[in-house]
Amino acid sequence: MSEVTETDIPAGTRRAQFAEFWFYYKENRGAVIALVVFALILLAAIFAPLLSSHGPDTQFRDALLAPPLSAGADGHFWLGTDAVGRDILARLLFGARYSLFVGVVVVLLALSVGVILGLFAGWFGGWVDTVIMRVMDIILAFPSLLLALVFVAVLGPGLVNAMIAIAIVYQPHFARLTRAAVLSEKNRDYVMAAQVAGAGNMRLMFRTVLPNCLAPLIVQATLSFSNAILDVAALGFLGMGAQPPTPEWGTMLSEAREFILRAWWVVTFPGLAILITVLAINLMGDGLRDALDPKLKRS
Amino acid sequence: MIRFFLGKILWLIPTLIGITIVAFGFVRVLPGDPVLLMAGERGLTPERHAELTHQLGFDRPIWVQYSDFLWKVLHGDLGDSLVTHKPVLHEFLTLFPATVELGLFAMVLAVVIGVPVGVLAAIKRGSWFDQISMGTALVGYSMPIFWWGLLLIILFSGILKWTPVSGRISLIYYFPNGTGFMLWDALMSGQKGALTSALSHLILPSIVLATIPLAVIARQTRSAMLEVLGEDYVRTARAKGMPPRRVVGVHALRNAMIPVITTIGLQVGMLMAGAILTETIFSWPGIGKWMVDSISRRDYPSVQGGLLMIAVIVMVVNLIVDLLYGLINPRIRHR
Amino acid sequence: MTIRSMLLAGAAAVLMTAGGAGAKTLVYCSEASPEGFDPAPYTSGTTFDASSHPVYDQLVEFKPGTTEIEPGLAESWDVSEDGLSYTFHLRKGVKFHSVDGFTPTRDFNADDVVFSFDRQGNKDNPYYEYAPGVSYEYYAGMDMPTIIKSIDKIDDYTVKFTLSEPNAPFLADMAMDFASIISKEYADKLAAEDRKADINNVPVGTGPFEFVAYQKDAVIRYKANPDYFKGKAPIDDLIFAITPDPAVRMQKLQAGECQIMPYPAPADLDALKSDPNIKVDEQPGLNVAYLAYNTTQKPFDDPKVRKALNMSINKQAIIDAVFQGAGQVAKNPIPPTMWSYNNAIQDDAYDPEAAKKMLDEAGVKDLEMNIWAMPVQRPYMPNARRTAELMQSDLAKVGVKANIVSYEWGEYLSKSKDPNRDGAVILGWTGDNGDPDNFLAVLLGCSAAESGANRAFWCNKDFDDLITKARQTNDMAERTKLYEQAQVVFKEQAPWDTIAHSTVFMPMSNKVTGYVMSPLGGHDFYGVDISE
Repeated sequence: MSEVTETDIPAGTRRAQFAEFWFYYKENRGAVIALVVFALILLAAIFAPLLSSHGPDTQFRDALLAPPLSAGADGHFWLGTDAVGRDILARLLFGARYSLFVGVVVVLLALSVGVILGLFAGWFGGWVDTVIMRVMDIILAFPSLLLALVFVAVLGPGLVNAMIAIAIVYQPHFARLTRAAVLSEKNRDYVMAAQVAGAGNMRLMFRTVLPNCLAPLIVQATLSFSNAILDVAALGFLGMGAQPPTPEWGTMLSEAREFILRAWWVVTFPGLAILITVLAINLMGDGLRDALDPKLKRS
Repeated sequence: MIRFFLGKILWLIPTLIGITIVAFGFVRVLPGDPVLLMAGERGLTPERHAELTHQLGFDRPIWVQYSDFLWKVLHGDLGDSLVTHKPVLHEFLTLFPATVELGLFAMVLAVVIGVPVGVLAAIKRGSWFDQISMGTALVGYSMPIFWWGLLLIILFSGILKWTPVSGRISLIYYFPNGTGFMLWDALMSGQKGALTSALSHLILPSIVLATIPLAVIARQTRSAMLEVLGEDYVRTARAKGMPPRRVVGVHALRNAMIPVITTIGLQVGMLMAGAILTETIFSWPGIGKWMVDSISRRDYPSVQGGLLMIAVIVMVVNLIVDLLYGLINPRIRHR
Repeated sequence: MTIRSMLLAGAAAVLMTAGGAGAKTLVYCSEASPEGFDPAPYTSGTTFDASSHPVYDQLVEFKPGTTEIEPGLAESWDVSEDGLSYTFHLRKGVKFHSVDGFTPTRDFNADDVVFSFDRQGNKDNPYYEYAPGVSYEYYAGMDMPTIIKSIDKIDDYTVKFTLSEPNAPFLADMAMDFASIISKEYADKLAAEDRKADINNVPVGTGPFEFVAYQKDAVIRYKANPDYFKGKAPIDDLIFAITPDPAVRMQKLQAGECQIMPYPAPADLDALKSDPNIKVDEQPGLNVAYLAYNTTQKPFDDPKVRKALNMSINKQAIIDAVFQGAGQVAKNPIPPTMWSYNNAIQDDAYDPEAAKKMLDEAGVKDLEMNIWAMPVQRPYMPNARRTAELMQSDLAKVGVKANIVSYEWGEYLSKSKDPNRDGAVILGWTGDNGDPDNFLAVLLGCSAAESGANRAFWCNKDFDDLITKARQTNDMAERTKLYEQAQVVFKEQAPWDTIAHSTVFMPMSNKVTGYVMSPLGGHDFYGVDISE
C-alpha cells in the first residue's frame, strides 16, 4: 500500500529524481558557475603539490616580502612571498585543503550530532525533548563566534579545537530543523504504517522519518559549510584558530596584519581566497535550495 | 494574550539558569592561571601563589564558588575584574553604549538600504537591478568582514584620507558627563562640528558591521516579497486594477514585513559576533573587544559576567521579537 | 604630500584653538589601556606610562635617558658604612594634585613615604588589599619583603630604611614605578568615605601632570601641574589616545591625529622614516630575548651540544625576518647599553658545518627536540612563532628535528618553569632598574634555577659566586669586574642561545621637541614641547 519508504524507491526513480534536481539546478546560472569554481578549488586543494613549484613552508631567505610576479633565483613567486620568504601561492593552494577540510568536518560533526539530537527530541517528545531543546536554546543564546572563542580558549588554540568549537555552536540549528521536520512527519500515514508493521524506534527514526527531512538539512549544511570556513578563518584571525606555520587562510591574514601598509599582497590574497570560496559555496547553496524547494520551483 | 506572553517569559527561567551554569562552568575549565598572568615573566613563589589563589577565592569547592556567583548575580553583582579590580558590571555598562551605538547605526544602515533594495529587486524580478543587487548581496553575505574592514581602512583612511582612522570622536571634543552614546553627547553638547566628527568616526565601522545583516535583509526581503506577490489576494488586487504602487505598498509590503522583522531580530546575535571582529579591527572601545581581551587575559569574572550579560541581552531581544511577532501575527499565539 | 601637510596643519590648528587660547596639547597614541592608575599593584609598562610617569614621583628618579639615579622627592640620602641603612632627606614644599573631592591641606612629607611602602608590605595596612584581588606583585617580585627590615620616620622630612642584608641595587629599586609616593591624606579621606578603590581610578600624586579623566579603552586626559617642583611642563594638556593596532597608530600619526606613538610595526619603519613630517627616534632596548635549553636533560647537559646548536641557528636571519632589522644579535645575557657589558666576548658564529661536526663528536645523532614559542608579542620579541619557524628550518640543516610547541601565555610561563620540561624555551626579559643583577641573578642564578625563573635550570657555582659577591658590594669598579667575569663563564657554558636585543623606535611628528627615550622602556612626556 502506501508503505513506500525512501529505501524502497527503485534505482530508476532515484535517477529521475536527480535528473529533475539537475534540471532545476542548472536553471541557476550563478550556481553552475559556482559549481565549476568550487570544483577548481577542490582540484587545486587535491593537486596542490603538483601545482606549485614551492613547498608551503619553504623559506626563501633572500626573497622576504617579494611582491607578486617577482622572479627570484628560486623561480617565480606569482603572488609574492610573506615575511619569512614563503611563496604565497603555494600557501594558498595548500590552505585550500585546510579550509575545505574544516568545512567538511564541521558540517559532518554538527550534522550528525544535531540530527541525532533532533531526532530523539522530536520522536520521543516529553522530557527528552524538553532537556535537549533547552540545551540547544542555551547554546543559541550566545553569539556563535563568542561562544566558539570561549570554547577554543578552553580547549586550547588550534585547528582541530576550532573545528570542534564551531561544530558545537552550529549543531543546534540542525537539531532544531530535524526536530521540526520529525514533528511534521511523525503522524503521517507512512510512518504510522511502518509502526504498525512492527518497525522499532531506531528503524523508524533513522530509516523511515529521516530520509524525508533531508531537503532542509542539505540546504542548512551548505550554509554551515560556508559559515564554518568564515568562522574558522575569523578564529584564526583572532589568533585562536590554526596556529602558524599552518597555511590556513585566516591565520595567514592574522600573520599578515602587521604588513597591511607595507606589503598589500600578503593581506589581499588570503582574504580574496576566503571570499571566493565562500561565495562559490553560497551560490551553490542558492542553487540547491531552488532545486530542492518545491514551492519556489513553481513560482 | 497575556498568558501567551507570560508563558514565553516563564520559559526563559530554565534557560537563564542554564546560561549561568555555562558562563560559570566555562570559565572554571579555562586552562591557564590568572594569578600567574598577573606576575608575568617575573613569576612568583609557590607560597605567594597559594596566598593569592586563596585571596581570589579560587581554592574553594566549585559548587561553593558557583552558588556564591549565582547569589551575587541575583543581587546585581558580577564580581570584580582581575585586571582592573573594578566591578565587572560597571565595566560592562561603561563600554556597552559604544557597542549599542555601533550596532544600532549598522542596523539602521542595513534596514534602510536592505529593505528597499529587496523590495525593488522583487518587483523587478530578473532585471539587471535584481541580478546585480542580489549578486552584491551574496558577495556581502560571503564576506570575511575582518578582511573587509582592513581593506576599507587602507582605502578610505590610508589612501583617500576621507575618514578618521580610529576612535569615536575627535579628541578635541570632550564631554565630562556624557552618556557614552557619542552621537547623542555630541548633539547635546551643541559644540560645532562635534556631531560631524562623531558621524565620520562611526561610518567605516558601521559599514563593516552592517555588511552581512544588510545582505541577509535584502535577500530575505526579496524572497518574502516574491512569496507575497504570488499570493491570491495580491493577484486579486492586481486584477481589480489597483495601481501597482498601491499593491506593493499596501498589501505586499505589509505582509512581507513579518518574516523580515523576524530576520532583523535574529541579526542581533549575529551583530554581537560581528562586533567582536569589527571592534578589534577599528580599536572601538566596546563589549566585543573587551570580551576578546578578557578571554586572552584570563580575566575570569569579566569573561563570565560578559557572557552572562550578552546572552541575556540576546535572549531579551529575541523575546521582544517573538512578542512583536505574536502581536502582528495572531495565528502564532494559538499554535 | 602638499595636501597631507595642509591637512596636518589644519588638524593642528583645530587642536590649538580647541584647547583654549595658546594651550599646547600633546596627543600620544598609546598601545593599550592601563589596568589602573595606581602603579603599585601592576607590572606592565602600559600602566606605568599612564600612572607613575605622568602623575607620580619617587624618592629617587632615573635621570632622563639614562639609568643613573638622581634626586627625586628625596633631595639627598646617606648610606651607612655597612650598607644596611639608607636615610632619605625629603624635599620641602612639594604639593600634591587637587582633584574633584580632594584638595590637599598639607605638603608632601615623611608620612606619605612610610605609607606608600607600608601598604605594600604590611598586611594590617587598610590599603594592603583595598579592592578585591589587589596585590603588590612588583614589591614581592623585587624581593622587598625580605630586603626591607623596617622603614622609620625620623622627622617630617627624614625617612630611614633598614635592610636585612647589603643590597647594591636597592637605591635603583627606589626609583622604580612600584616605589611611587602616593598621598596618605588622600588615601585616608577615601578610606573615611568608604571608596578606597578610587585610589586606582583617580590618582593623586606630585608629578608633572594631573589626571583629568579616563574613558575606558579610549582616551586618558591629563593637564600640566602648575606647581610641579621641577617647574611646569611646556605642554598644557596631555592626551593618551588608546590605539592597540600598530598599523592604525601609524596612520593616526601620519594623519596628525596624534603627535607621538610607541611600538611601530617593524615592517612600517621604512615608510615612517621616509615621511617628511615624521621623525623616528631609536634606541637599543634594555632587554634580551633568549632560547633557554634545559641543561638538566640529556643531551643538553653537555655545553658542547648547546654550543653546537647555537652555532647552527642563524641569528641574523631572525633579526632580518622577525625584527625587520629593529634589533641586534645578542652575544651576552645583558644588553650592550648596560654597564659592565663585556664587549670582549666573541659570539659563537653561525656555522652549520662546524656545528654538525661538533654534534657528531658529542655523539648526538637523530636529535629531536621541542622549541617552545610563546603565544604573545613582547617588547623583546615581536613574534616568537616566526622565530621558532626560522630556528626549525635552521636546525633541520644540521640534522636536528625541531617541533614547535606553544601554550596559553600563563600556562607557558608556568609550564616552562617545570624542571622536567621537554625542550628549549624562547623567552626574554626587560630590565627593571638598569642593574646587571636584575638580569644575571634573576635569570641565571642558582636560586632562580630552583624557583624556575632560570628557565635553563643552570646552576653554575663559579657564576653564582661571582654575581652574589657583586650584589653585596657597593664598589662600582669591583662590581663591573665581577659581572664581566660572570659573562665569560656564561658564554663558555652556553645555557642559552642569546637571540637578540630589540631596538626601540619612537616615531613622532617633526613638531615634537625635547622627547627623551628612556632605556628602561617607559614613556615620559615631561619636558616635551610642540614647536610651531
